[in-house]
Amino acid sequence: MQSPQKSRAHPYMASSTDDARAQMLAAVGAREVEELFEQIPGDHRVSRGISLPPQLVAEADLRRHLTEVLGRTRSCEENLSFLGAGCWQHHVPAVCDEIGRRAEFLTPVWGTPSSDQGRMQAWFEFTSQLGELLALDFVGLPVYSWGCAAGHALRMAARLTGREEVLVPRGMDPERLAVVRSYCGSPELERHLRLVPVEHDPATGRLDLADLRGKLGGRTAAVYVETPTYLGVVESDMAEIAALARAAGAETIMGVDPISLGVLAPPGELGADIAVGTTQTLGVHMNAGGGVGGFIASRDEERYAREFPTLNVSICDTVVPGQRGFGMTLFEQSSYGAREGGKDWTGNSVYLWAVVNAVYMSLMGPQGFVELGETVLQRSHYAARRITELPGVEVRWPQGFFREFVVDFSGTGRRVAEIDAALRDRGIFGGKDLSQDFPELGEAALYCVTEVHTQTDVDRLVEALREVTA
Amino acid sequence: MSEQLRRYHAAVWDEPLVMEMGAPGRRGTRIPDTEPGIAQTVGPAEDLVPRGMRRAAPPALPELTEPEVQRHYLHLSQQTMGMMGISLFGTCTMKYNPQLGEQVVARPEVAEVHPHQHESTMQGLLQVVHDFDLVLRELSGMDRFVFQAGGGADAAYLHACLTRAYHASRGELGQRTEIITTAQAHPCNPATAAAAGFDVITLPLEGDGYPSVAALEAALSDRTAALMVNNPDDMGIYNPHIKRWVELVHEAGGLCFYDHANFNGVMTRIRAADLGFDACMFMLHKTFGVAKGGGGPAVGAYGCTAELERFLPGPLVTRDEEGYHLVEQGPEGVGRVREFLGNVPQVVRAYAWARAMGAAGMREAADISVLANNYMEQRLLRIPGVTKSQPHLTERRLEMTRYSLGELTERTGVTAHDVQNRMVDFGIDAFWLSHEPWIVPEPFTPEAGEMWSKEDLDYWMDVLAHVCDEAHRDPDLVRTAPHRQVIGQLDGSALDDPERWATTWRAHRRKRPAAG
Repeated sequence: MQSPQKSRAHPYMASSTDDARAQMLAAVGAREVEELFEQIPGDHRVSRGISLPPQLVAEADLRRHLTEVLGRTRSCEENLSFLGAGCWQHHVPAVCDEIGRRAEFLTPVWGTPSSDQGRMQAWFEFTSQLGELLALDFVGLPVYSWGCAAGHALRMAARLTGREEVLVPRGMDPERLAVVRSYCGSPELERHLRLVPVEHDPATGRLDLADLRGKLGGRTAAVYVETPTYLGVVESDMAEIAALARAAGAETIMGVDPISLGVLAPPGELGADIAVGTTQTLGVHMNAGGGVGGFIASRDEERYAREFPTLNVSICDTVVPGQRGFGMTLFEQSSYGAREGGKDWTGNSVYLWAVVNAVYMSLMGPQGFVELGETVLQRSHYAARRITELPGVEVRWPQGFFREFVVDFSGTGRRVAEIDAALRDRGIFGGKDLSQDFPELGEAALYCVTEVHTQTDVDRLVEALREVTA
Repeated sequence: MSEQLRRYHAAVWDEPLVMEMGAPGRRGTRIPDTEPGIAQTVGPAEDLVPRGMRRAAPPALPELTEPEVQRHYLHLSQQTMGMMGISLFGTCTMKYNPQLGEQVVARPEVAEVHPHQHESTMQGLLQVVHDFDLVLRELSGMDRFVFQAGGGADAAYLHACLTRAYHASRGELGQRTEIITTAQAHPCNPATAAAAGFDVITLPLEGDGYPSVAALEAALSDRTAALMVNNPDDMGIYNPHIKRWVELVHEAGGLCFYDHANFNGVMTRIRAADLGFDACMFMLHKTFGVAKGGGGPAVGAYGCTAELERFLPGPLVTRDEEGYHLVEQGPEGVGRVREFLGNVPQVVRAYAWARAMGAAGMREAADISVLANNYMEQRLLRIPGVTKSQPHLTERRLEMTRYSLGELTERTGVTAHDVQNRMVDFGIDAFWLSHEPWIVPEPFTPEAGEMWSKEDLDYWMDVLAHVCDEAHRDPDLVRTAPHRQVIGQLDGSALDDPERWATTWRAHRRKRPAAG
């Protein structure tokens, strides 16, 4: 065997050899590659070399560089984190990671029912299992995030009702609200939605029904309400809110985190017309916020189905008798089918997460969701009770919340930022600082406790808080 | 010829739906028990939920063991061809997604980071985001990139939002209500413009393969808010008047957005800012080696000039002598188009890819992708029934060429869809036809990219030639394909019938209880 010629070909590119290049050039009848760029006028081309950081083509070099740089990040694995507020730390089963890294799911772009039937089925299992959690029959393929789902749903309601005013909770996540604002558009343009905030009752944290009644009317396209709310409170007047909206001819859009639906009543049983929410909690790592995803669901009524901006997968037959397949339904109303005539727009979303979500829901099963909900309820309430033992520290709404609760440090005379800094020194990430977004709550923070937090963790937090607020 | 083709057959597991699997009582995962001390303190969980808000019956989910779930989804993965065969899915730039990227983003320093962590705890990640911004600045000439948009369409939407913010800041939004695009721009451009509240003007293509300067001039007015355009387009045609276009739009008071979906062939040769554009977008899941995930999570990296920077959505990643910072934007900004900083793991993967390639590697990748496309073209045009869009244009196409099977259809009745369905019988991932509107009948659009070998490209073309030959000899064989796939051809008659469509198992059981 001849010893191979020294090659400096790039490992990602098969035609990075002189031979391959020569063969293809000969076939196309060109002497050099540059001839093939003849369409681009000379004065359009970069006049100098592109200057990028040095190439690290050897994987060993690149790996070392990446791990060194990334190593300057502190994670919620090595620290004890109580951050939630739109992105939550739940346990991710190992099987979710295994399936999410399968090259067949990870690398393709799109495919068709003929080539990628397995993925189509996995998507249908995502929508089917999510539908069971929500008690709703029509579930679209995922959208970018909860905020994007809420924005699309509000626009669906505006098209359904021909109205342009949407009511949203004033206490909603500012991050999510900023997304919704983008989706509502600008008043200078003819087609836009008017966003009207509805107050919450300061005593309970729940929506202020009197304020809602006052603002509901003939111009209202939708009432958007979340349970639990951003500030953690279970919205126990859900059914009444839906009834009020219906009486005004408005759609009820309910925002939920499916992780809560083992113990909390599902939107389909509370009168929601459309449900939206996150998919991140269903087996997806936080990924510095890159784990977020969203869903839109409704009752399976044509009126709603015809307004979905998502791509939608349906079970169907094949030409083989008795055989099942999965294909796209209502494709023509998407922007792929109808360009600017489509329902909003669609494109890449978080389809890989949908497969992971399906795996997660299959692993959890009915008991898993119930038990997880119970553990979260008990551990988060335990944390709230322990924290209220601390002098000068109050929990704003100590009952009737799920997973998250507002802690007010005003009585300690310390700012949340100071407390957080001191906690960080002790390896703890305190809850999301609310003092800028909700100054009326005082020096408050939103603490999040899930099934990953043990009693020992909570006790450690309480002792650390005792020290830093003393 | 068929002797040389692979005897491919897809895996057929006859895999049931997960909803039908398992048995009562089986568990796929167990949840940590609440400690007795906690239960004593707070009491039973159900008492912690307000009355009327408790779930009455557990959700009707399947009950499976952990290995059953794993095997089921492994079977479904095996029933997915993806990039395991040869995928030349045009406009999407199929390329290698380095495993190193997967390894590093699985580390807790990426996966287990919360977006609201204090910036002092995220320095490594922020450095990667910042340094990758610098890479894209150099490749585009833009002054600042953000990664919040969750895909190319989301970046187009971001541009429409930024256009609103820009004209609103000048008090002109009420008047500037029109966004101009072309028939060859991706559908997301007109769709996002309309969703943002603008009226859309779509310029048709003319003889040269792109709209004329005169057509653009006729569309421009004091109502013009922006131009959204790609170049080269999906036919591999480069509009040589693009600089003039940008000048004209600027003279009319509009912004110019470069949808760089087709960047692979012009990488390191063309910079959006040099051509005068105000903003551009790169898809990290196409050009920059990030896995596509079957449709995301993705990133539409959006960059703009310094003049537009204050309109970008926050937070921005900045650097000073103390380190990296997350800085909120002022009230003139877009706000958010999606929560948080964006798909950060994808940025890490793209950064890794960019470092592995370097400027020279990117140049080589662009060269190969254009060379390989031209290599394919000379062979494909020799296959009976295959023609090229705009055949009178003799200049070399860039990284893609749009072809037509119209002649094959006329002769045999076999359509591009049929050919697509038959090629998957040979391990060829379904090819891309064309975005709406179709410019040529029965279109298809392969894109060779830089990853695939000449043998791979030859095999792809061997299969197409074989199927076109089959279409002449035995058209029914092609029309009834696939034959060596997981399932037979879909009967799509139910898909758009409200009485029969079912996007969930519960809907299916209600509508078709007998079908099971």
